[in-house]
Amino acid sequence: MTIADGPALPKLIGERVKRREDPRLIQGQATYVDDIKLPGMLHLAFKRSDIAHGVIRSIDTSAAAAMEGVELVITGAELAEHLGPMPIGTPFPAPDHFSVATDKVRYVGEPVAVVVAEDRYIARDAADAIEVEYDELPAVVDPEAAMEADSATLHEGFERNIAVESYWGGTGVNPETAQPEDDSAVDAAFAEADVVVSQRMLNQRLAPNAMEPRGVVAQYEPGREYLTVWSATQNPHILRTLVAAMMGLGEHQVRAVAPEVGGGFGCKINIYGEEYVAAALSRLVKAPVKWIEDRTEAFLTTTHGRDLLGYIDLAAKSDGTITGLKARIIADIGAYEVLLTAMIPTLTGLMMNGVYRLPVVRHELTEVFTNKTPTDAYRGAGRPEGLYFLERAVDMVARELDMDPAEIRRKNFVPADEFPFATQSGLVYDSGNYEPCLDKALEVADWQGLLAERDAARAEGRIVGVGLSFYVEVCGLGPSAVVPTGGWEHSGVTVERGGKVTATTGASPHGQGNETTFAQMLADHFSIPLEDITILHGDTGVVKQGIGTFGSRSQAVGGAALISAAGKAGDKMKQFAAALMTDQEVSPEDLVFEDGRIQVEGAPEVSKTFAEVADYAYVPVPLPPGMEPGVSEEAFFEPENNTYPFGCHISMVEVDRDTGETKLLKLIAVDDCGNVINPLIVDGQVHGGLAQGIGQAMFEEVVYDEDGQPVTASFMDYVMPRAADLPVFELDRTVTPTPINPLGAKGVGEAGTIGSTPCVVNAAVDALAPFGVTHIEMPLRPERMWRLINEGGQS
Amino acid sequence: MIPTAFEYRRAGSVAEALSLLQEGGPEAKLLAGGHSLIPMMKQRLAEPGLLIDIGGLDELRGIQEDGGEIAIGAAMTHAEIAASDLLRAQAPIVAETAANIGDAQVRNRGTIGGSLAHADPGADLPAVMVALDATIALLGPNGERKVQAEDFFQDILTVDLAEDEIVTGVCFQACRSAAYAKLEQRASKFALVGVAAALSLDGGTCSSARVAVTGASSHAQRLSGVEGALAGASLPDGAASAASGAGDALDFVNEDLHGSEEYRRAMTAVFARRAIEAAAGRS
Amino acid sequence: MSEPVPITINVNGRKRSAMVEPRLLLVHFLRESLNLTGTHVGCDTSQCGACTVLLDGSSAKSCTVFAVQADGSEVQTIEGLADGDELHPLQDGFWEEHGLQCGYCTPGMIMSAVNLLEENPAPSEAEIREGISGNLCRCTGYQHIVNAIQHAAERMAQS
Repeated sequence: MTIADGPALPKLIGERVKRREDPRLIQGQATYVDDIKLPGMLHLAFKRSDIAHGVIRSIDTSAAAAMEGVELVITGAELAEHLGPMPIGTPFPAPDHFSVATDKVRYVGEPVAVVVAEDRYIARDAADAIEVEYDELPAVVDPEAAMEADSATLHEGFERNIAVESYWGGTGVNPETAQPEDDSAVDAAFAEADVVVSQRMLNQRLAPNAMEPRGVVAQYEPGREYLTVWSATQNPHILRTLVAAMMGLGEHQVRAVAPEVGGGFGCKINIYGEEYVAAALSRLVKAPVKWIEDRTEAFLTTTHGRDLLGYIDLAAKSDGTITGLKARIIADIGAYEVLLTAMIPTLTGLMMNGVYRLPVVRHELTEVFTNKTPTDAYRGAGRPEGLYFLERAVDMVARELDMDPAEIRRKNFVPADEFPFATQSGLVYDSGNYEPCLDKALEVADWQGLLAERDAARAEGRIVGVGLSFYVEVCGLGPSAVVPTGGWEHSGVTVERGGKVTATTGASPHGQGNETTFAQMLADHFSIPLEDITILHGDTGVVKQGIGTFGSRSQAVGGAALISAAGKAGDKMKQFAAALMTDQEVSPEDLVFEDGRIQVEGAPEVSKTFAEVADYAYVPVPLPPGMEPGVSEEAFFEPENNTYPFGCHISMVEVDRDTGETKLLKLIAVDDCGNVINPLIVDGQVHGGLAQGIGQAMFEEVVYDEDGQPVTASFMDYVMPRAADLPVFELDRTVTPTPINPLGAKGVGEAGTIGSTPCVVNAAVDALAPFGVTHIEMPLRPERMWRLINEGGQS
Repeated sequence: MIPTAFEYRRAGSVAEALSLLQEGGPEAKLLAGGHSLIPMMKQRLAEPGLLIDIGGLDELRGIQEDGGEIAIGAAMTHAEIAASDLLRAQAPIVAETAANIGDAQVRNRGTIGGSLAHADPGADLPAVMVALDATIALLGPNGERKVQAEDFFQDILTVDLAEDEIVTGVCFQACRSAAYAKLEQRASKFALVGVAAALSLDGGTCSSARVAVTGASSHAQRLSGVEGALAGASLPDGAASAASGAGDALDFVNEDLHGSEEYRRAMTAVFARRAIEAAAGRS
Repeated sequence: MSEPVPITINVNGRKRSAMVEPRLLLVHFLRESLNLTGTHVGCDTSQCGACTVLLDGSSAKSCTVFAVQADGSEVQTIEGLADGDELHPLQDGFWEEHGLQCGYCTPGMIMSAVNLLEENPAPSEAEIREGISGNLCRCTGYQHIVNAIQHAAERMAQS
């Protein structure tokens, strides 16, 4: 035995480690779906409805089919012989939804026919040559009007276009009658309140706009009866399950691959019609097929997010104590329910407790079909909507009472000693310590200084406002009881010959940097260099099981699975190491990983290198009694609860008096996502979230006209935040670990999106408060602001 | 997004381009930077059968000054115009406007000739050319024709340019006391409203002025009421009053998601004032 | 379909000749004909900048250029930016400063930044933000991209 002579390895968890993903991405060497080429590959183009609502009278495909280079033209009705209605992932009732419309179209962009051709140029030409005649029906555009008796309806069996209705309040809902057991406490709270604010607020429809549009390549091999699908998806394992079901195959006959994926933000959770169509047509034409979405199609057909209308009432005592909340929410879910459509708005009500002790709540939710693109998750998925409603309302109460927005929040916080904390909506917040986070934000922002700066600016005639929000969100989805696909995650850890480590994760990243953070965790776990570790993901042929990346779950659930698998692999390495240490009596329990060696704790002279133990594991002569050769372990991690990160955001805006243009001058974000594996990556996640949350507050909105025609179907009209629109964000953190997983990490992917939106709108309202403005609808378009400056009131 | 098929010819000279235009008839379109045409072709809003590439023609390039008159070749890119020392010194409004069109990549490819010929209602340069009383030089089978900018822009995407004519350049008198101010449509970066003001100043008094608006209406046009009010006004103090009615005088005003008619009219006054103040500040 | 026409474009220092349909977009020529798939397509309307390359030394959106227009020109793509194994300072800056997440906008963003630093070797933060206004990123909130470009500018100034 020799004393370890290798260099001491620094601990990497908590360090700003440069990403291991980057070399390929910065050199143009990554492989996204559109970069995949297979021999004999054909290309798909979709003919899509240009009307919002109508019955298909006829489809003439003859000109398209006659074009040179066209392999097949198929209508929705013909395709229905090969593909049934698409599955959804929620337990709510849903109308049939075919990949390609069979008889009726319900939104602009809904596919009605498909072309298979030699290249994408010919495919486009042919799709344009398809003639479709419709009997147009009245478009259902306004979700409130959609519920009127005289409205046209989208789906048979869904009267007044209502998809889902839910209600809870007071002391809960009687499960037998679905009626509130005793709702009187809510009414009493409002009757006894010193102040009640009531506000109708729209959390407007947004387009997720991952920079990579969707795309799919499908290859069905008839001889093997085996299907491979490459797709820009957040969850290849769910894709495998659903595409297998749709194709009448077993999961053993399908491999789904998420190659490099250019952003998801929730819109690549859903498994879309185009993915099923590609699979079915590959089988039909006996060739690999590719479809790549263009941006216009993305605006028309990739799921939208948000679009919740809230009627919010908040009651409080004159000292600022909040005494009750009533929320009536109408979700405009668009034309169909896709994978998680109906579930997303339910998260809104669940999270509307916010960070406060709310004695009583009444929550009503109605989800309504309209002739628009279906909605599903978009970064935050239900939480930004709820926290926006709540944080706007709390701010309005503060304004009514002339209280500091920080102090009204402090007064109503769930105290640190009440965690775990059960909310009115039935959630249990894992951990929290809100006051230090608020204090830190106030300190970083220099809150009093900001107020003074605002007042000084006002004295000069400028229009300046400051705003604050405090959010709590839910991350780390599962557990399985609340995630229809299962809420666990899977990981595998193999120690290879030579002491290198290959790990797999079902949490398939698309920008989150798991290849780096997961390697950091394994490097520390085994005390080996980062370079000795490879993290594989995104391929069901390689990663045995998995759920995917959404709901800020990859670290809290996927990371926990990784650590669990690493623990098992480590145990086996220690057993082999102990068996190798024949000259000492060493028990595996005494061994630790240290600087590339496995050694007796506190006795580095008794050690073996990680590499020699790995080599021994694969040529185990002699094989220790009771052991199998090799070190390849796997683990599922099922979280017992969600995690509940929180944070405080503060902003300052200035509005141009002449034009109404709003400039965001400052944004301070102090977030608490529990323990941090890589601060560089966490900061990046927060920055991106902030930009999207600010985008919602200031710029973005999907708009339809009264005929259901999209007005914002390109980047020419849909305002995306650009670099010059944003200030330098000032970030800080507090750390309140979660007890739910061994890492203490809560998740951070969506945090920035949730806190920033109400924070910026609160600042804008503060800016215009001297004009008598009490609420401003999003986005803060210049004209809207200009009108308020000139007319006052609300927008 | 894929354009429909077309024939492509690269013209070796303006004369060749003209004869190709004649051969091609209504199917033919000229292509220089392509930053107006190609996006429309990709969306299949334009489906020309023949594209005649004039982007590389030396005859259409150059920025010269001769006796106080500045000429810019049609194929000059916005980036080249923005970087021109000559323009920065003698007609800074043109360089500055070009420097704020779209984004860097668009400015590297887009040309002044293309911008003027396409006449997007939100394009910046048309207003500047009208304010400078620029002359647009056109070449057709019957020789050269010169059109004043205010007559050139006729309606939405419509200019005084025959199918067989080419915009070869623009010329205008050097003018330092001119400025352009715009409210940007944040998504497209076109002007929601943009106003160009060119002033003749006598000390702090405006002797005459030309003021033009883009974005607000179907096409770039003069704001003659503002011009009249500016005559004899003392600046910059009189700018607000002179500009105040700017928007009200417009016959037709665009309206969309980004700005109603009322807002655009109001912004026309705001940006007229800003342009006048900036121009007056230049003297 | 119209007749293919011959083109020769010098791409990343190599002459590449091909017969192409006139309507073939430069970005598709690079991606499909030359397999240079580092240049991406993110929109249809010349807004997002994911397809940015250097065309005769200046940044251009290759989705808004026909390949035939680039006949006789020089094109540089992300694949041609590093000097052998040595990363360009901008590539290095993006790596060091975490200037990318999903990576899809990154090649175009880097090529835009090359153009920016060529014109303005020491840009202010505001000039950087304005200089990349032709490129959309949905992941980063741009802050680390700005840092990355500053990082590169400083390094290039030193060398």
